[in-house]
Amino acid sequence: MSRVVPTLRHMRRAFSATAVLTLLATASLAAQAKAPSPDPRIGLKAGRYDAGEAAWNMRLVSTTKSPPRFEDGVNSDLAFTGKYAIQGNFNGFVVWDISNPATPVVTTEYFCPASQSDVSVYKHLLFVSGEGMEGRLDCAEGGVPTAISGERLRGIRIFDISDITKPKYVGNVQTCRGSHTHSVLADPNDKDFVYVYVSGSAPVRPEIEMPGCTAGQPGDNPGSAMFRIEVIKVPLANPGAAAIVASPRIFEGLEAPPVHGASPADAEEMAKARAAGAFIATIGGEEMVLPNGFVTQLMGQVMSARGATGAPTAADSAALRTALPGIIAQMMGGSADDARGPKPGPNQCHDITLYPAMGIAGGACEGYGLVLDISNPANPRRLDAVADSNFAYWHSATFNNAGTTVLFTDEWGGGGGPKCRAGDPYEWGANAIFTLKDGKMSFASYYKLPVAQTSLENCVAHNGSLIPVPGRDIKVQAWYQGGISIFDFTDPAKPFEIAFHDRGPLDPTQMQMAGSWSVYWYNGSIVSSEIARGLDIFDVVASPLLTQNEIDAAKTVRFEEFNAQMQPKFTWTPSFPVARAYLDQLERDGGLASGRIRAIRSALTNAERASGAARSTALQTLATQVTADAAGAKDGTKVRTLAETIRGI
Amino acid sequence: MLMHASLALLLVLAGATIGCGAGRSAPVAPTPAPTDESSAAAIARARADSARYPYTAADIAFMQGMIGHHAQAIVMSHLAPERTESASIRTLAARIINAQRDEIAIMERWLRDRQQPVADTSAMHAHQHMGHAMMPGMLTDAQMAELEAARGEEFDRRFLRLMIQHHEGAITMVTELFATDGAAQDQTVFRFAADAQVDQRTEIARMQRMLAALLFAQAEP
Repeated sequence: MSRVVPTLRHMRRAFSATAVLTLLATASLAAQAKAPSPDPRIGLKAGRYDAGEAAWNMRLVSTTKSPPRFEDGVNSDLAFTGKYAIQGNFNGFVVWDISNPATPVVTTEYFCPASQSDVSVYKHLLFVSGEGMEGRLDCAEGGVPTAISGERLRGIRIFDISDITKPKYVGNVQTCRGSHTHSVLADPNDKDFVYVYVSGSAPVRPEIEMPGCTAGQPGDNPGSAMFRIEVIKVPLANPGAAAIVASPRIFEGLEAPPVHGASPADAEEMAKARAAGAFIATIGGEEMVLPNGFVTQLMGQVMSARGATGAPTAADSAALRTALPGIIAQMMGGSADDARGPKPGPNQCHDITLYPAMGIAGGACEGYGLVLDISNPANPRRLDAVADSNFAYWHSATFNNAGTTVLFTDEWGGGGGPKCRAGDPYEWGANAIFTLKDGKMSFASYYKLPVAQTSLENCVAHNGSLIPVPGRDIKVQAWYQGGISIFDFTDPAKPFEIAFHDRGPLDPTQMQMAGSWSVYWYNGSIVSSEIARGLDIFDVVASPLLTQNEIDAAKTVRFEEFNAQMQPKFTWTPSFPVARAYLDQLERDGGLASGRIRAIRSALTNAERASGAARSTALQTLATQVTADAAGAKDGTKVRTLAETIRGI
Repeated sequence: MLMHASLALLLVLAGATIGCGAGRSAPVAPTPAPTDESSAAAIARARADSARYPYTAADIAFMQGMIGHHAQAIVMSHLAPERTESASIRTLAARIINAQRDEIAIMERWLRDRQQPVADTSAMHAHQHMGHAMMPGMLTDAQMAELEAARGEEFDRRFLRLMIQHHEGAITMVTELFATDGAAQDQTVFRFAADAQVDQRTEIARMQRMLAALLFAQAEP
């Protein structure tokens, strides 16, 4: 926090100098180790296609307008396959050929309105989310005029994109709450199927529109469509037969932990109290043992209502137990059913990030961040849950590559509010970073866009992905009209910004939805879905904070397809750029004596010039030397990793 | 003493009235539609949106009603700094003011873009309601007066309980909106209503836990 406060103070001062900064904003900034001061993101000119821009350590390669029928829709999430980026839009989806990042070309436009058209791709299949009331089975515009209708689509649309220029709409899976977002999970043990986890936050559909859709507490109504996620199983050979196979209640028994971290001791205490006949009620989704003094008060009330006096009898106790849920509801709000339990916890997730390589998932679920065991795809199981008093609404999760850190975002205000103003606290609408050990989370720090935005710019933590720099945890993240921020969270307690791009507000007079919905690293490019302006593609520019070798090493990681919600595990094939990236890091952090770093660099250069047996011998010799260096080095682990890399080239 | 405070609270709550639904929202005083250049552009944009997803009287009534509803939550929250000694109540009140003020701006913009009347909430204070009819969860004059008069922990307890009631009313308004034919087709209305419902439900749970802690502590001998 101490790091942040002066920054914000500084920014407030800078606001008064808006006019001067506007002039500076378009000036190009050389790669720098220190963030430019004053921050050029302040005071940018408003405009749709002519807004002022500021960038540091990254470069806008191209901005391409959405096709006309999508230009007035809202661009949403991105998925990638081969040379294509698939961009969701509230009017359907657009497929871009991004093989030349300077000139993305529209390959396919598919008009099929539905909010918010979250997209995922798996092999030849494309999945699109529909949540709103206006989505139609026939993809027509105009909405659905009645509250109950057989023409409405709320759920998942499935397309066959074997020919990506002609997507075939092959099926739907309707769900009770629609699909706000979804995540695709390949089953490691069964290649013929893929699973889709559906998260819906909108109200439950009427049962007449979709049989089986009812609301309410699961204790009362075991079929309630709330308090669960839907798991859809899709046969790859016959995607039209996709269906819901499980609706796991992953929130059941959720104990709201005190601010950070749940305690097994609490659960044990609760079980003991229950066995001892304590009075227990569910309050705010949390099961609580009522303290003796409180029970005495309530007992007095119940006895007085029964006309009883003296010491409470077993009948008085029974009467209190019966009346308790009603009394609690009257005191705390909610219904008697809420107070009777079972503890309902949050009733849905906003988004679930799956990390199949580690068998875990991060669920961002209302007031909670969850870690799930997904080793059985059809039956995810909760491992841990954390709440955070500073978080309004948990939105999404990203794991670091090792699976030892998980970062949750707080989409405070739902993305439509300007939550990065100078007066908005740093902890609100931010990322919360947790360390993850044996399935349990411990809070480490917050990271929020480190510059204030105007009240004309919707701004809050949103979607992003890791940049596959070996040896570091680096994320590129969208902040709506707050722009894009690249930051390092290798030390989860000390995240810091290393690059950014920002534009002025869309509209000079009032806040309109715009900015980056999602930004992801895909095979060497940074691709951003700009809500109102189309598709942006960026390059990272080398700086002392992220060297060319580190960028080159990141570019060696390539994928055939990419969905941010199904996080892939990066592996780095040993190569000269990867070895040099580690060397740069050892130099930056003082992990190895500088004389040795110089010597290893020069040995690598010589080895690269050589070929065949000579190169191989040089590399093996060097690897042996570097292994010996590890013993005396400050960062022996990284030096050993470097040695292994050199040996493997 | 403690016993009495608790009983008094129960009695206050039992007397709470829950008023009319969102579809029959309170009448609001119209203000003239703005006519400058930028709003002309906004109106044109809104027309284009609305050609695709027509909004209905229920959407308008919902947005107009919710502005008044939010305005009361802000008035309640402004009472907090002078009356509470609790840092967490202050934080909660600050969050509610921040969140609901921004949401009022969204609703006002949506209404202005469609040239619908927007009530002026800026001058609203504790004893003024947005019209006479009550929306779900709105505090009565008596409840507001009691909140104003309370100090310290008594204020905290009343504030939490009444804000829970107020938030529950907002959720009822959303539920009624979604049950109305043709309503919430408009994407702004849908998104706003669905988000408000989720955010406020999350906040209710948080407030219930805060309230329980206070009531439990108070009951300890």
